Parts: sequence; C-alpha cells; structure tokens
Amino acid sequence: MLLEVLGTVVTGIGVLFLFLGGLGVFRMPDVYNRLQAGTKCTTLGACLTIIGVGIMEPAWFWKTLAIALFILLTNPISNHALGRASRKSGVPLCDQSVVDRTDSFMEKSGEKEQ
Amino acid sequence: MSETVVLVFTGFIGLGILLCLLRLFMGPTASDRAVAADTACTVTTALLVLMGFVFQRYVYLDVSLVYAVLTFIGAVAIARFLERGI
Amino acid sequence: MIVLVSLLVLLMLCSALAALIFKDLLNAVIASCVVSLLASILFYFLHAPDVAMAEASIGAALVTAIFIIAIRRTRRHEE
Repeated sequence: MLLEVLGTVVTGIGVLFLFLGGLGVFRMPDVYNRLQAGTKCTTLGACLTIIGVGIMEPAWFWKTLAIALFILLTNPISNHALGRASRKSGVPLCDQSVVDRTDSFMEKSGEKEQ
Repeated sequence: MSETVVLVFTGFIGLGILLCLLRLFMGPTASDRAVAADTACTVTTALLVLMGFVFQRYVYLDVSLVYAVLTFIGAVAIARFLERGI
Repeated sequence: MIVLVSLLVLLMLCSALAALIFKDLLNAVIASCVVSLLASILFYFLHAPDVAMAEASIGAALVTAIFIIAIRRTRRHEE
C-alpha cells in the first residue's frame, strides 16, 4: 500500500514534467530554448515516470531501471548533437537573446573545415 | 492506481505529445521539427511504460526498451546531416 | 478506446499529409518518422507489442537513416 502511494506520487511528478516539456517545446521562441525545455524536462519526467512504475510493481524494478538508464544516457547526447548541428547550420537566435559566446567556436570549426 | 488517476496521467502525457506535434507541423525551420520529433519520441517511451503497467503485462516493457535505444540513431542521423550544412 | 484510436488515426493522417506537402525533403522525412511513431502507439494500444516493436525499430530508426543517406546523395529541396 505504501509502495503504491509512493509510486503514484513519483509517477505524477514525472507526468507533470513531461507535460511541461511539451508545453515548453510549443511555447518557447527559439530553437535553443526549445531544446533546453525539451531536453531537461523530458529526461527528468521520463526517468521519474518509469522509476515510479518500477516502485509500484517491485518485480519489474530492474527492467524499468535499465530503461531509465538508457534514456538518461541517450537523450542528452542526441539533443546536444541537434543543438550543435543547428548552430553550425546557421539557425538565428531570438531577439531577446543577451549573450552569444559561440563565435570563437564557429570560427575555429570553419578553419578546420577549410 | 485507480481508474481516474490513470485517465488523468494518460491525458496529460497525450497533451504533451499533441503540443510537440503542433510544433512539428508549424515549426519555422527543420531544426525545430527535428527537436519536436525527438521530444515526442521520448515522451512516447514514458507513455508506453505507463500503459504496460495499466495492461499488467511484463512483456510490453520490451517495446519501450527498443524505443529508448533506437530513437538515438534517428536523431544522430538528422544531426549529422544538418551539421554538414547543405 | 474508440475515441483514442480515432484520434491516433487522425493525427497519423495529418502527419502523412504534412509529409506530402513539405517542399524540404528533410521535413518530409521527419514527418514520416512521426507517422511510424503514431502507428507504433496504435499497435501497442491494440495489444500487438511485437508488431509495435518492429514498427518502432524499422520506422523510427532505419528508414530515417536510410532516407537521410539518400537525401545526402541527391538533392534536399524539391522543385
């Protein structure tokens, strides 16, 4: 009974984070802001949801832990690759952006390609 | 978990997927669409695990395991294509 | 259940239409990836996890990678 309540609470927090990630992807003004919302919220939300299911059903715990570990390993790497690729392919920043320190990175990579 | 809780959780996750798909339909650049598709895939993984618990089938977790591993390949392929800059 | 299945089929139809309309072929590839994602969810809800697994592995990963290699060999924009 205690495990079920605890698992429901953890799963509920994860579901809330997943919804907020989707809302951030829809509402943010820029590719990079969308990446930030879509990566952080979704990784935490998916891990919490999956581990919450593992808490509710203790026989499934190790398999859900493996799925959460895979998400924790692969999702930030793929989103980092997407952000780097969109910066290199010249997607502009939004108007409210304050600072951009990727100029040296862009010049260096341009020299390497030439 | 009671019936109502399952319905509310599934509704919230489905709303998240729906917002990601809206961004995919109206995103200005190709990078926006790639980000939206990747986010929708990750949210789907969590939805499949939750539905496997609702259906009470242990075997159904394999689908989410395959999803968690294989979404990576598609996103990295898109990123490598964008980085080459065409 | 019938509401959920009809919503999924409607979203699949919208994604397939978007893949047909987009002039940039990379966007069309991403939209077809989403079609196979929604088809996988549909198979899962209809209690066919093995079909869903095959659809996920082939549609979301392999077809995307192969189409992107093909686009790199040819042109990206459709006239």
